[in-house]
Amino acid sequence: MSTETGTATGSDTSRIHNIGYRSYDGVRLGRAYARRSLYSQSLRGSFGLGRSAKSKVLPMLLCGVMCMVALILVAVAMATPTLTKLPIKYTDFAIYLQAVIGLFVASQAPQSVSRDLRFKSVPLYFSRPIERIDYVLAKFAAMASALLILTGLPLVILYVGALLAKFDFGDQTKGFGQGMVSVALLSVLFAGLGLVVAALTPRRGFGVAAVIAVLTITYGAVSTVQAIAWETDSAGAITWLGLFSPITLIDGVQTAFLGASSAFPGGEGPGAAAGVAYLIVVLALVAGSYAVLMRRYRRVGL
Amino acid sequence: MAPATSVVDVTVIATESLSKRFPRVTALDRLSLDIGPGVTGLVGSNGAGKSTLIKILLGLSPATEGRAAVLGLDVATEGAAIRERVGYMPEHDCLPPDVSATEFVVHMARMSGLPPTAARERTADTLRHVGLYEERYRPIGGYSTGMKQRVKLAQALVHDPQLVLLDEPTNGLDPVGRDEMLGLIRRVHTDFGISVLVTSHLLGELERTCDHVVVIDGGTLLRSSSTRDFTQTTTTLAVEVTDSDTHPDGTDALRRILTGAGIKLVGHDGVDAEGLPGAGHILLVEATGEETYDLVRDSVAELGLGLVRMEQRRHHIAEVFRTARTAEAAMTVAAGAGQQKGSGRDEH
Repeated sequence: MSTETGTATGSDTSRIHNIGYRSYDGVRLGRAYARRSLYSQSLRGSFGLGRSAKSKVLPMLLCGVMCMVALILVAVAMATPTLTKLPIKYTDFAIYLQAVIGLFVASQAPQSVSRDLRFKSVPLYFSRPIERIDYVLAKFAAMASALLILTGLPLVILYVGALLAKFDFGDQTKGFGQGMVSVALLSVLFAGLGLVVAALTPRRGFGVAAVIAVLTITYGAVSTVQAIAWETDSAGAITWLGLFSPITLIDGVQTAFLGASSAFPGGEGPGAAAGVAYLIVVLALVAGSYAVLMRRYRRVGL
Repeated sequence: MAPATSVVDVTVIATESLSKRFPRVTALDRLSLDIGPGVTGLVGSNGAGKSTLIKILLGLSPATEGRAAVLGLDVATEGAAIRERVGYMPEHDCLPPDVSATEFVVHMARMSGLPPTAARERTADTLRHVGLYEERYRPIGGYSTGMKQRVKLAQALVHDPQLVLLDEPTNGLDPVGRDEMLGLIRRVHTDFGISVLVTSHLLGELERTCDHVVVIDGGTLLRSSSTRDFTQTTTTLAVEVTDSDTHPDGTDALRRILTGAGIKLVGHDGVDAEGLPGAGHILLVEATGEETYDLVRDSVAELGLGLVRMEQRRHHIAEVFRTARTAEAAMTVAAGAGQQKGSGRDEH
């Protein structure tokens, strides 16, 4: 080492070319570009793209299940000449397949944020032009986009199938539009909750378990209590109980505003007034998730 | 972009009575520094304020009072611009085990704003320069500590910064890995033209690597001067000669003739040549100028001995550091024993 260093010191810059170090004179695209790069890397990562073959299995499988169910529904619709519309509403699809969506969030939210926290890569991001807000926004948007692909793609399949089956164009387009708005809301809500839970539990197994707990146990609890309320004739409570789990929140919002039929016991669902409360809670949860993430990353800065 | 020559005479890092106080601790206490281009060592024990200083320099943590500028940019207002031109290598592990070095460094290059193609090219170049070849396609989880440190260095260099901040880069490395890392750090400046601020709590290893050493302790500046000042105030020559038939003990013969010529010898019987191989046969000669070299050469020739080696023995930073601290201690405490020990070391 010492001899090499000795000669190099003696002749400064003239040696740079000999050794082959090339400096970089090209453009530096800055903060917005870095944020976009982080977004696309995280979005691709949610489906295992750019990661090991092993990590592609689960997200691809879940995505496949969603699409397969949609294809089966389309096949049924086409094979049954008497049908004039799809066997299910667009807005029902995500509610029926919530377990698949829950698994996707539980497996991918931790890989999106917990990895950086567990392996302490976060300081490497924050020693670069991007700021905390860029990191949080990119991760949030990427997770929400991944969920939108997961939940929106089957709806697109249903819609295309419905048009091929020559169902009423106006009806189908309206239903499809309502379904897309609903899954968009669901994606943002689930992404926020999933990321918050994952960011607060950097340890691998915990994150997955905690996300499943938040999404499915709350649903189990809420629907059980709702069923009890239905049995005991206190139907008024059913609507308000729905505020306490993510999937029933979405159910409530789409029943109130998006022409969905509620999966609540009795099939009533909230009216417009209660629907506003549902919408407010959803938006508050999304905003709250964002705020918690920002706080979380202030602590781990460097 | 800027090789070292174009930033000569420009201050790379400047701080002015920079303080950082936490509710219970004062991490930095009115620290004023002026660091030029080159390799600068930031020395201090654990908790001396090194990491706090780095955070402030990256514009990630506001100073309680005082000002700091990096590459002429104010840390308080131009943090993003600083971070675009500066690379940072953290002390702790920061690499995900499940991706390859290439994938990881490409991603980090893009985070620094490099377009996709440039990011890939720069990654390949940089990994080669830090000495990672075929293994760069394998997942990082299987790397040795030395290889991981190289990846960490590569991600700090990939966007061709003008300055890199390296926090304890030799941590956890074995002696060989340590030497290689130090050599690499030296090359970052000499070959790549990138200024370096490297922290360490080991003074000795910075001696060979740094042009300039800053010693901080308890958040205050203890000493800042060039490595040359530290190590070359007086030159000591280590001389080793062979024995011959006429002079069965060549070392002793040379000692006598040199002493006779009025040359001051440091220590005796090789006591102070500790650490050098063949210590018993080495004379430490205090060189006062060119003529000392000539005298040693002539004396050896006169005696008909073989000159095995004659080399400059530099002072170690550790000694100077110890002196600085004992001097300080002496001023305040005036403890006889400590002072004696300190001045004893001063002589060679």
